[in-house]
Amino acid sequence: MTRISVRVDGTSYDDDVEPRTLLVHYLREQLGKVGTVVGCDTSNCGACTVHLDGEAVKSCTVLAVQADGAEVTTIEGIAGDDGLHPMQKAFHEMHGLQCGYCTPGMIMASIDLVKENPEPSEAEVREGIEGNLCRCTGYQNIVRAVRSAAAEMRGSGGNGHVAPAEVDTAAAPHVVGQA
Amino acid sequence: MTAVEDRAATDAPTPEIGKARRRKEDARLITGETTWTDNMVLPGMLHLAVVRSPAAHARITNLDVSAVREAPGVIAVFTGRDLAEEQGSIPCAWPVTPDMVNPGHPSIAVDQVNHVGEAVAVIVARSKVAAQDAVELADVDYEPLPVVLDMEEAVRDGADLVHDHLESNTSYHFVFDAGEMGTGGDTEQAFADADVVVSRRLIQQRLIPAFMEPRSVVVQPQGDNYTMWSATQIPHILRVMASMVTGIPEHKLRVVAPDVGGGFGGKLQVNPEEILCLLIARRLGKPVKWTETRSESLMTAHHGRDQIQYVDIAADRDGSIKGLRVRLLADMGAYLRLITPGVPALGAFMYPGIYKIPAYHFECDGVFTNKVPTDAYRGAGRPEATFAIERIMDELAVELDMDPLELRRKNWINADEFPFTTVAGLAYDSGDYETATQQALELLGYDELRAEQRRRRESNDPVQLGIGISTFTEMCGLAPSRVLGSLSFGAGGWEHASIRMLPTGKVEVVTGSTPHGQGHETAWSQLVADSLGVPFEDVEVLHGDTAISSRGLDTYGSRSLVVGGSAVVKAADKVIAKARKIAAHLLEASEDDLEFSGGKFSVRGTPGTGLGIQEIALAIFAAHDYPEGIEPSIDADATFDPENFSFPHGTHLCAMEVDTETGFVKIRKYACVDDVGTIVNPLIVEGQVHGGLAQGIAQALYEEAIYDADGNLTTGTFVDYLVPSANDLPHFDTGNTVHSAPGNPIGAKGVGEAGCIASTPAVVNAALDAVRHLGVTDIRMPLTPERVWRALHGGGDGGDRVAEGSNAYGGARTTESGYEEAEQ
Repeated sequence: MTRISVRVDGTSYDDDVEPRTLLVHYLREQLGKVGTVVGCDTSNCGACTVHLDGEAVKSCTVLAVQADGAEVTTIEGIAGDDGLHPMQKAFHEMHGLQCGYCTPGMIMASIDLVKENPEPSEAEVREGIEGNLCRCTGYQNIVRAVRSAAAEMRGSGGNGHVAPAEVDTAAAPHVVGQA
Repeated sequence: MTAVEDRAATDAPTPEIGKARRRKEDARLITGETTWTDNMVLPGMLHLAVVRSPAAHARITNLDVSAVREAPGVIAVFTGRDLAEEQGSIPCAWPVTPDMVNPGHPSIAVDQVNHVGEAVAVIVARSKVAAQDAVELADVDYEPLPVVLDMEEAVRDGADLVHDHLESNTSYHFVFDAGEMGTGGDTEQAFADADVVVSRRLIQQRLIPAFMEPRSVVVQPQGDNYTMWSATQIPHILRVMASMVTGIPEHKLRVVAPDVGGGFGGKLQVNPEEILCLLIARRLGKPVKWTETRSESLMTAHHGRDQIQYVDIAADRDGSIKGLRVRLLADMGAYLRLITPGVPALGAFMYPGIYKIPAYHFECDGVFTNKVPTDAYRGAGRPEATFAIERIMDELAVELDMDPLELRRKNWINADEFPFTTVAGLAYDSGDYETATQQALELLGYDELRAEQRRRRESNDPVQLGIGISTFTEMCGLAPSRVLGSLSFGAGGWEHASIRMLPTGKVEVVTGSTPHGQGHETAWSQLVADSLGVPFEDVEVLHGDTAISSRGLDTYGSRSLVVGGSAVVKAADKVIAKARKIAAHLLEASEDDLEFSGGKFSVRGTPGTGLGIQEIALAIFAAHDYPEGIEPSIDADATFDPENFSFPHGTHLCAMEVDTETGFVKIRKYACVDDVGTIVNPLIVEGQVHGGLAQGIAQALYEEAIYDADGNLTTGTFVDYLVPSANDLPHFDTGNTVHSAPGNPIGAKGVGEAGCIASTPAVVNAALDAVRHLGVTDIRMPLTPERVWRALHGGGDGGDRVAEGSNAYGGARTTESGYEEAEQ
């Protein structure tokens, strides 16, 4: 067992972990932070993405001991006192999720993407989230959500929380005929 | 106008139906406050890990788990022999023929393993890590048996057998002949009379549903009661089946499907591990949990598709189709799971597609191999059928030197011909293929792309452009119970709902249809808000727990809105009928004089006065004053059993660039127009289409479950099994036409599978259209760069076995035993 000190979503923890324990298992099983989920065992799906000292990492490729002394943010820690993070809000507004299993990781990866590139093109979003697999949405609404959140985040000074967006009627499909 | 449209039009000031409501479900999913089964922690809970066979076909000659028992944290170990007396057999609910052979499917192997990954021992430990560590300590000896992997080999006389106590590897032979059924003419005669016959051998490769949430099961025993949480699409069916398999009485077993992370048919199953969890929880009297790894999931959760299709089409020179003949080999894998044999049989009815075909003969052999069983996967039978007919239509067009769209137009059912009974005996309810096609052509920018295609051809551009068409229909709203009965399916196709008006006027809706991403909580709230005239926010939808949702047949086959939503609307009608009696009593008016609008009963001619249905809920809770003969509640139950399937349709168009030097293909543009009937929530409909497109395109371009010669799954991780990322898929241009389905009160047709069914042939037809002038006539899916390059430069279909134009019928006749000619 190894002793680690880690700050997760604003709370400090001191814990004994097996040296082989992965960060995702530490978060889920020792801290009960079950918002972060496991989707694969090869680091391909990205469902377990969290922020480690502000950068998106797949928490199944990080040992818990490597997080010693670090600040970890999960999906449970990104909403502010005044509401949801713009990325959470945008996924909701743009229907960027269906079953929702990939969603926490997708949101965490997307926040980091927008931090690096505040005004990503569609192609840049698609490339930027290619490490996160979604089986439900076909990605189009996720791409739409990330670009929408990016605009919100630019408008609010980068990372602030914003009021609920207007309902986007453009997101409704184009009905081209009526019986 | 349907009942709901009528209500929406006349009663509610702003109808919910048709509104792009953001989903209620999202709140918990975007914040991580979810209830995935693997999140469950119960006091004293033990963890299971499964020792799995590395051999595809072998006798277990020695199984020594003594070292496992000694491992730290291990509580118990169970082998197949330990559980042999009580494990039952994983059920198969669809004996498609009376003489179908079912070898039985043990939850855990006893003496012999029949596919890689089959369970041979189950370890119970204090922690998941301890259980997994101990897996390595199991000492198992296997005596190899011949491995049967190739379906065409498996059905030859003298082939090695998967199950050596059976006579052959054929589970069943299913035949549908339109001539015999009276739905069409004599197929042999039609072929003899036709000017042209085109034949193809098409491969539906094996796919893996690959839901994002791995399967997970928790069982809690309490005395002789059991609660099972499972990441399942089918809590109600699972409860019945698990009860039958384990002998736990059904009323002592509660099944809960909490948040479920995807399914696509892959969680439409009674899993061996679910049964093992029940058996072990019963043995130990302790709660147990099993959560699979992704590798376990890809290896042991059921697969989909995996058929070889021999397709013949006969036509006259002018393009009139005379007959269709389909012969299938369908890979069952080593065992029959819940609906394994039914998938190809269901597909049998969709091969004629949207066309007026006078004669049709279908036959199918279900074949055992040493692979994990196949079963439902998004579309289940219909994508395979649609692929075959839409591919062969293009081949026929080439043979006749006709435009593929003109050939389709010449043969499809016209809008004024509905309802139309097809040669397969299905009564298509409504549609307008021409309008949808026209809209799709515009959405794609068809004419410009055809011009560009010509330019590229003329200039011998190394990057060629092709346009692929797929005009499709499918059968949704699974299903009329009597039809399922006629197809020997073990259950009906009705769905149940109840509506409970709570004292404060809030509404609880209980649905038997269990979602895993389809947005039932939102769409059902919209239905009820319009029906009862209550605010959307006042409706709560409950599902997925047999203790709450007492009856249901769950979610698959795009049945939820069509069947389950209709049950909700029926229940709402009953609620209103009862509330009307109470309102009449309280308002001292005649029922006949009351009108119900915007959630309020008022005496006709005196709008503005009256009594709201939510007020009545409180009045009836107090029950101080209510009419004679009325029970003091305004709750209602309803069951909807559709009289017919619904038939969504659409036209999908794909423009694709093919790099003839590298074999790399890229979708340039994808446009589709679907008619899914009444659209309750356009946002959800669009999302379902997108998701389906991603899966259908993935079959065309990326995904294939591959076994090596020894029966090992070589695509056993997401490194090797290519689920496409955002960067692998194009932007989709989608649209809708709306022809309400006449067969249900909502007018909905079903949407979950449309994209998946239609897109695969559109993509493959596009690739072939790009390179056909270079001599390529087929490319086997998925269209990997290597396959495309080989098709361009090495001949054949780029597949592992080149069988250009060969067919069971081979342009001549098949033999009685079947498939000898296929390889010639």
